[in-house]
Amino acid sequence: MTTFLDILLYMQIALSGVCLYRIIRGPSIPDRMVAIDIFGILVVGICAIISIQTERSFILDIGIAWIILSFIGTLTLAKYLSGKKLNE
Amino acid sequence: MASLLFICIGVLFNLLGCIGIIRLPDVYNRLQAATKCVTLGTCSILIGVLFHFGFNDAGIKALIAIPILFFASTVAAHALIRGTYHFGVKLSDKTVKDDYKDAAK
Repeated sequence: MTTFLDILLYMQIALSGVCLYRIIRGPSIPDRMVAIDIFGILVVGICAIISIQTERSFILDIGIAWIILSFIGTLTLAKYLSGKKLNE
Repeated sequence: MASLLFICIGVLFNLLGCIGIIRLPDVYNRLQAATKCVTLGTCSILIGVLFHFGFNDAGIKALIAIPILFFASTVAAHALIRGTYHFGVKLSDKTVKDDYKDAAK
């Protein structure tokens, strides 16, 4: 039986598929980076909805760790884009 | 029931942000549409999780994730778009004003 929460979860997964389309098709390198950043935030929403469905709290830990790793990765890629070395 | 309402609002905001990713013409427009809508929508989903669990361990984890998400995603978007401008991506043809052109040199 599918509940209303299942439909919201499937919608969220479809939206991250939209981000994958932009990662594959993006005309320039920064387009792909923007889509990867947004994809990371959408995955946190998927983790939150799954934690309601399964009534377990450790899935939210995965979401928090994903936010922090995505933040560090995006900052590193932005530093690389602006043409500086990583130790400046 | 309130948790379902907040999660529904959040998924709606995420939908609008992803329409922005597909439809808008260049990378600056895409980032400014997507990062605002998706950050607000995911924070709304986490508020829904807090309403569902109450103040036990899972609810407190969702409450902690909200400020981390706000600061991390906005700072990352700002750094990313500054790097994109220095990388030399052209603006869209319909852009009427570019205030950052003088400050970037």
